[in-house]
Amino acid sequence: MTVPSKARGRLRAGGLRSALPFLVPSFAGMLVFSLVPLVISGFISLTDWNGLDELLAPGMLAEHFVGLDNFRAILTSKEFWQVLGNTCRYIVLYIPCMLAASLAVASLLSQSRRGVTAFRVIYYVPVLTSWVAASLIWKSVLSPQYGALNNLLALVGIQGPGWLLDEAWAMPAIVLVSVWKDMGFFGLILLSGMIGIDKGYYEAASLDGAGPWARFWRITLPLMTPAIFYVLIVSLINSFQLFPQIMIMTDGGPNGATQVMVERIYKYGFRYYRMGYAAAFSWILFAIIMLCTFVQMKGQERWVNYDS
Amino acid sequence: MKKQKKLFALTAGLLTIALALSACGGTPASTPGSQSAAAPSGGGDTAEPVTITYCNFNASGGKEEVLQQMYEAFHEEYPNITVEIETIGFDDYFTQMQTRVAGGTAPDCYELNIENFSAYANKGVLAEITGVDLGRIDETALNAFNVGGKQYGLPGNFSNVVLIYNKDLFDQAQVDYPTADWTQEDVQAAAEAIRALGDDIFGYYQPVTYNEFYKVAAQYGGSLLNEDGTAFTINSEANVKAAQMMVDRVLESNVQPTEVQMGGMGDWDLFMSGRLGMIPTGIWAFSSFAEGCDFAWDIAVEPGADQKATAFFSNACVINADSPNKEAAATWITWLCSSDAAAQLRIDSGWDLPAINDEAALATYLDQTPPDNRQAVFDSLDYLVLPPTIEDYALMSDIIGQKLAAAAAGSMTAQQALDEAQAECEAQITLG
Repeated sequence: MTVPSKARGRLRAGGLRSALPFLVPSFAGMLVFSLVPLVISGFISLTDWNGLDELLAPGMLAEHFVGLDNFRAILTSKEFWQVLGNTCRYIVLYIPCMLAASLAVASLLSQSRRGVTAFRVIYYVPVLTSWVAASLIWKSVLSPQYGALNNLLALVGIQGPGWLLDEAWAMPAIVLVSVWKDMGFFGLILLSGMIGIDKGYYEAASLDGAGPWARFWRITLPLMTPAIFYVLIVSLINSFQLFPQIMIMTDGGPNGATQVMVERIYKYGFRYYRMGYAAAFSWILFAIIMLCTFVQMKGQERWVNYDS
Repeated sequence: MKKQKKLFALTAGLLTIALALSACGGTPASTPGSQSAAAPSGGGDTAEPVTITYCNFNASGGKEEVLQQMYEAFHEEYPNITVEIETIGFDDYFTQMQTRVAGGTAPDCYELNIENFSAYANKGVLAEITGVDLGRIDETALNAFNVGGKQYGLPGNFSNVVLIYNKDLFDQAQVDYPTADWTQEDVQAAAEAIRALGDDIFGYYQPVTYNEFYKVAAQYGGSLLNEDGTAFTINSEANVKAAQMMVDRVLESNVQPTEVQMGGMGDWDLFMSGRLGMIPTGIWAFSSFAEGCDFAWDIAVEPGADQKATAFFSNACVINADSPNKEAAATWITWLCSSDAAAQLRIDSGWDLPAINDEAALATYLDQTPPDNRQAVFDSLDYLVLPPTIEDYALMSDIIGQKLAAAAAGSMTAQQALDEAQAECEAQITLG
C-alpha cells in the first residue's frame, strides 16, 4: 500500500520482463499447436482437400478452393441433422442424470458417516480410468446375454434390453457409462461449492424450524448455483465433443443410432479422406458450442446466485 | 543480485523451450528429395549405393525379425540398395501415413491395405510400378492393385477364405463332410442338422458384413457396381437374394447366432469352443485353430450358389509418387513380393502366403497340418472375387455394412437395407 506509484510501475515492467521467458514456452506451444492449426483448419474448410495431397503445394488453393460448398453440403445433408439429433438426445439424457448423480456424490462426500472414507476413494476411480479401458469393460458388462448388468436385472425379474446392439437403447447405454465415468469429477466440483456455504445459514434455518429437505432446497441448492453453472457449461461442451466411448463401444452403430459429430468428423477426415468436409464440420460444431455457451452465459443472470 | 535473478529466469525459460522442442521433435529429419535426386538408382550391379525407406504394419506384433531376415537376404543380392525398415502398429499406421504423405515426408515405399489403397491410388500420391519383372506374381492378386490399367501396388502377402468345419459335430449330426461341390443349400441342410444338436450349438457363421456380402452377392451373380464401374447396383435382384439368404440364416432358421446370442463373443472363439459347425473364414485362422481346437476339423473350398466366389485379402506394397528413388524402391518391393527367398521365409515362419504363382515354391505350405485338406487353399484361387477399387471405398463399405447390420438385427428387411444403401451411396459418392 505504501509503495509509490512510480516504483510500482517499474516493478510491474520488471516483473513482466522476468516473467517473459517463462511465458514464452507455453505461448509458443499455444501458437504452434492451437492458433496456427485453427487458422489452417479454417482455410481447409474452404477447400475439398483430401488430406493426402501436399497442402502447401503450389496451385493447391486454386485447384481445391470450393468456397462455402462444404458448409452448404453439410447443413443440407440428412446425416448432419440426424447426427445433431443423436447428440441432443445424448445431452438431454446425460446432463440431468449426471447432475443428479454428481449431487448425490457431493452430498455423500460432505457427510461424516461411517464408510465415507472408503467411498471417497472409490468414487474417483472411474475418473482416473482411461476411456478405452472403461469402454471395453462396459462393453462386456452391457453384453445382452452374458453381461453382468442384464444378469443382475434378471435376478429381480427384469429382462434387460440389447443395450449397445439395440437402436433404441444404445444411446442410453452410452449415457449410463458416461455418467458413471464423470460423476466423480463433477461431484468434486459440486462438493467444493457445497462446503463453501457459510454454516450460519444452516444454524439460522434450524432455529426457524427448517427440516433437512427444506434446508437442501432453500439453502444448499441456491448457494451452490455458481458451481452448478460451471458444471453445466463444462459438461455441455464435453457432450458435444462426445467421442472415445462411441468409437470403442459402438463405432456409431447400430444403424447409425450413436453417430455423433466428432465421430463423423473423424471418419470423414481420416477414413473417407474428405478433410475439407471434416474441417467445415468441426467449424460448425464450434459454432454450435459457442452459441450454446453464449446462451448459457446470458441465461445465468436469471438463476445463478453469487451472494454466498 | 537482481541481474543474476534475471539471468536465471532467462536460462530457465530457454531450457524449458528446448525441452519442449526436443520432446516433439521425435521424427528424424530424413527428408528425402533434395540431395539424392541426381543419383539414378537401380538394381543389383549398377550404379551408386542408395538408401530407401520402407514402412509397413504387417510385420508389427511378432514378424519384425522375419522381415529383417528378408531384408538381409535382399541386401546380399543387391548390396547397393540399403532399406531402412520402419514397422508401425496397425492402429496408428494409417493416420501416420496420411500425415506423412500430406506433409511430403512419406517413405519411398510402404504398405497399404486394400481399403486405403483405393483412396491413395485414386488421389495420385502413388507411382506406377514399371521396369520390374512381375511374372512370378499371382495374376488375380496383381489385378487387385491395378487401377485404370496402371499397376500401383504389388501384393505383398496373400490370404483367401475357405470353409472350415468341425468334423466332430458333423459326425454327431450324421451329415456328410462338405466337399468342393457344395452349394449354399447343402450348407443350409447341414447347418440345420447341427443346430438341432443343442440350444447353444450353431450350424454356420458368416457375419452379415460388407466383406462377406460382396462375395455372397457374386455367388448369386450380383455385384456392387455395374460392369464399367459407373453406377451402383447395390439393390439389384441378385444382391437382394444374397442378402436375404444371409439374413434368414440369422433370423429365420437361426442356424447362425444373432448378435445378441453371440453376446460379444468372437466368431473364432465360438468355433474353437466346439459349438459351431462351419465357418467360412480366412486361412490366417489355421494356426489359432490348430492350437485352440480340441476336436477334429478340416477345410473345403467355400460353397457357392449359382457360381462359386471366394474372397481374397492382400496388402499392397506401393511406391511414393514423390520418391527420388523409385527404381530402387521397385526393386525392393518386387523382391519382397516375389522372390523365392522371401516366399520361403514367409511360409516357414507361418506368417501368411506369398502371392506367387509358382506352386512348387508353395509346396512346403501344403505339408503343414492341420488342416489335412490344405490343397483347398489353392483350389479356391480359381474362384476369387475382388472388391471394387473405387476412390471412396471406405465410405461405401461403411454404408453397406451399417445397413446390412440393421437387416441382420431385424430392424429392416434385406430389400430396405439395400435400397437405403443404394440411395446413400448414390447421394454421397461420385463414381469416376
